[in-house]
Amino acid sequence: MPKPELDQKPLLDARDISLEFGGKLILDRVSVQIQPAEVAVVIGPNGAGKTSLLRVLLGLWSPTRGRVQRRSGLRIGYMPQRLQIEPVLPLSVHRFLTLRQRAAKEELLARLEQVGVPHLLGKAVQSLSGGEMQRVLLARALLNRPNLLVLDEPAQGVDVVGQGEVFRLIDDIRRETGCGVLMVSHDLHLVMAGADAVICLNQHVCCTGRPEEVSRHPEYQRLFPTGDVQGIGIYRHDHNHVHDLHGEVHDLHGHGTDDCHHEHGSTKR
Amino acid sequence: MIEGWLDDFLVRAVLAGLMVAAVAGPLGAFVVWRRMAYFGDTISHSALLGVALGFLLGLNLNLMVTLVCVLIAVLLVFLQRRQELASDTLLGILAHSALSLGIVAVTFIEGLRVDLMAYLFGDILAVGTNDLLAIAIGGGIALVMLMLLWRPLLALTVHEELARVEGVPVVAVRLGLMLLIALVIAAAMQVVGVLLITALMIIPAASARRFAATPEQMAVLAAVLGMLAVGAGLWGSFVYDTPTGPSIVVAAMLGFILIHLLPGRLFAPFGGR
Repeated sequence: MPKPELDQKPLLDARDISLEFGGKLILDRVSVQIQPAEVAVVIGPNGAGKTSLLRVLLGLWSPTRGRVQRRSGLRIGYMPQRLQIEPVLPLSVHRFLTLRQRAAKEELLARLEQVGVPHLLGKAVQSLSGGEMQRVLLARALLNRPNLLVLDEPAQGVDVVGQGEVFRLIDDIRRETGCGVLMVSHDLHLVMAGADAVICLNQHVCCTGRPEEVSRHPEYQRLFPTGDVQGIGIYRHDHNHVHDLHGEVHDLHGHGTDDCHHEHGSTKR
Repeated sequence: MIEGWLDDFLVRAVLAGLMVAAVAGPLGAFVVWRRMAYFGDTISHSALLGVALGFLLGLNLNLMVTLVCVLIAVLLVFLQRRQELASDTLLGILAHSALSLGIVAVTFIEGLRVDLMAYLFGDILAVGTNDLLAIAIGGGIALVMLMLLWRPLLALTVHEELARVEGVPVVAVRLGLMLLIALVIAAAMQVVGVLLITALMIIPAASARRFAATPEQMAVLAAVLGMLAVGAGLWGSFVYDTPTGPSIVVAAMLGFILIHLLPGRLFAPFGGR
């Protein structure tokens, strides 16, 4: 099989996923495809089955019906919704990052630098703020060089300013590494501008498409009645720094912000 | 020469206690981290049932105790997954039923006068050479298992789903932990008795937390503190003529209190809170 064709295959291809628990239908014939270098956002109200869908896609749960196909060689970097570590467990960030795989200190620092928190390496995980913890989780997800990042409510427990930063970071990473991103969120406006595809979920797939299409869809407006189209674009991609090949961050103070709205052709630097 | 040395019941008692504490401490760290104290209690209370079965079937007691503990542990995990009853209710039911069932079963054994107190509170001074061997084998297996399972267990303790996504065989590791707990309970039964085993696991681990900056430091320190408690408890029991099992637990408790009375800044170099 020629290689280019292989690269066009979706990273994840889930067809007609249904999930039942104790006779209760959680997911109803959900189909999702994640393309390489694409940001897909699953959105839906509380109890819509977003996290359940994520668990099925990750392979943590097997669906009652339907199947999930992964591209061979898929490496998933997973960032869970939140992580609370018992204070009675003495654990530094360094140790936390190397729980599953050993890695050189330089590698750890490079990943932490990529998410903007290299100074946290020696800190106890329990001393981190919500935003710092999210960044450390993201750094850990990046450690095995994933081609698919799976993020469950990545900005949960982070204040509004921090939320924008987290999403900007995720977009930076996507641009740098070209990995696909699958994200769960309950707030479309926050992620809108960064998303290539939006899947509006409420047990079944209500509607799917590009963000603007979804936000105008009657099903979406019924689920999120307060959602005004004007609110789109809270999350903009403002560069105040660049990353060099080693993941080092350089401030670009004085330069005007390049207010790019994610033109996909312009990911090369 | 060593055999002559082992003829001394006090030497056997000290050795048995030290061996048990050396493995109960590190395992206790996991019990504390994973909030399994009550779980451990429930399993150890069921050990008496193993003793009764061992007598009835004429099988090796340590083996039967290990077996029954593993069975109860698996049953518990299965029941917890059904989630019809709150975990603590379930543990309460099982802990006390297993203990009562064990006591009832032991009294049914005819022609045999079982010293119930010895099983409930330990009888370390009665440890024979064979018992010592059994403790060494059981404790040794447990220690090796713990070392092999250490990293996956730690990953599991920090975040189970993350561990699963990263390829930790969660079910196998959990079963391994159950087996470990069962092995340690079987080994520790004669030292502190089924009612006090959990104390020997969690008190040294909880004391060690203040000095530890890494999980490994906490585990090793828990072993050391547990061994100190065994030494102090045995000495106290000898001097004041008190029951040894409870004396060891009292010594561990005094150590815990002492460590927590010390001002926090003493621990700053160790990264303690």
